[in-house]
Amino acid sequence: MELFELAIGSIFINNIILAQFLGICPFIGTSKKMETAVGMAMAVVFVMVMAGMITWSVDTFLLKALNVEYLRTLSFILVIASLVQFVEMFLKKSIPGLYAGLGIFLPLITTNCAVMGTCLLNIGNEYDFTSALVSAFSYALGFGLALVLFAGVRERVNLGRVPGPLQDTSIGLITAGIIALTFTSFRGMV
Amino acid sequence: MAQSLAKEFTKGLWAEIPPFRLVLGLCPTLAVTKSVENGIGMGLATTFVLVFSNLLISLLRNVIPPKVRIACYIVIIATFVTIVELVMQAYTYPLFLTLGIFIPLIVVNCIVLGRAEAFASKNTPVLAVADGLGIGIGFTLSLASLGAVREIIGAGTITIWGGNPVFAVGDWYHPFSFMVEAPGAFVALGLMLAGMNLIGKK
Repeated sequence: MELFELAIGSIFINNIILAQFLGICPFIGTSKKMETAVGMAMAVVFVMVMAGMITWSVDTFLLKALNVEYLRTLSFILVIASLVQFVEMFLKKSIPGLYAGLGIFLPLITTNCAVMGTCLLNIGNEYDFTSALVSAFSYALGFGLALVLFAGVRERVNLGRVPGPLQDTSIGLITAGIIALTFTSFRGMV
Repeated sequence: MAQSLAKEFTKGLWAEIPPFRLVLGLCPTLAVTKSVENGIGMGLATTFVLVFSNLLISLLRNVIPPKVRIACYIVIIATFVTIVELVMQAYTYPLFLTLGIFIPLIVVNCIVLGRAEAFASKNTPVLAVADGLGIGIGFTLSLASLGAVREIIGAGTITIWGGNPVFAVGDWYHPFSFMVEAPGAFVALGLMLAGMNLIGKK
């Protein structure tokens, strides 16, 4: 039950983009077309769950055991960067279909702060392994949900006539603000 | 030399001011600008990392093999981020707590990696420091001004470094708390971006 609450809370109430402000760059950058948004969302779910598990293990069995917690930032970014590289090579060889789908989005994930942010939040909240896994998966789902919703709205917005200075990123951010406003209504659900 | 130095420094303050002209590093921009104080703190931490990572990358630009350059840049940046983290934990603990995970996340701030790749890896150390300092100060100014807009509209006051408010609108004003919450951050940044576009087009 606690895990269920954690999942709902992470997807809707503490949505990683709209409430925690992590991963805004890919949110703005890959949301112009529905197709790219779906690709990015899938790649993030994949990498975030794996990164969540690996960084949790690294932190517990390596950094805490050796008393070198100050190396956390450095080791996490290295883990994420090499994980992304490894996943890319693995998919290219064994699941070419998925690789073609995720393609260019995989390398972009290294600098997606949502991935690193989730790993750091897991450690900060002192979750155990299962909670860390559930939270990583639900944050990733929340990321995908917000991104796909936003892409859908943005495709419609681009059909309309937007005043010159407001075009592109500016109107995108205001739209994101309105979506964030709807997400605040989930508060109090858990 | 002095002329190009000044040019590299000042471009960060207006022509390429992040995040308005150079739309990068939006996460900390949105997350920490609830108040002017947090904005300035975040901006200065980022400036420190920018200046020193630019300097080191520029010094090592002929040593780093091009194929693994991104990984090398990330390690250099992460080192300076760790330094900032430890220094802030020791000397500015309350600010360290408010900024929370956004301090370690400077490591994935696209502005820092962007400057390393686009500028520091191709220019001399002196120019790279000028560039880092300019972009860093520009980023600090942007965060402070966005923080000011949100704090004035959202709370009606501006408070810097703990003490009494340095600016208050007055009792007649009813704070519009939407602006200091998450949705307000997106709308405020969107409108400021539009404002910058409007000025830039003239």
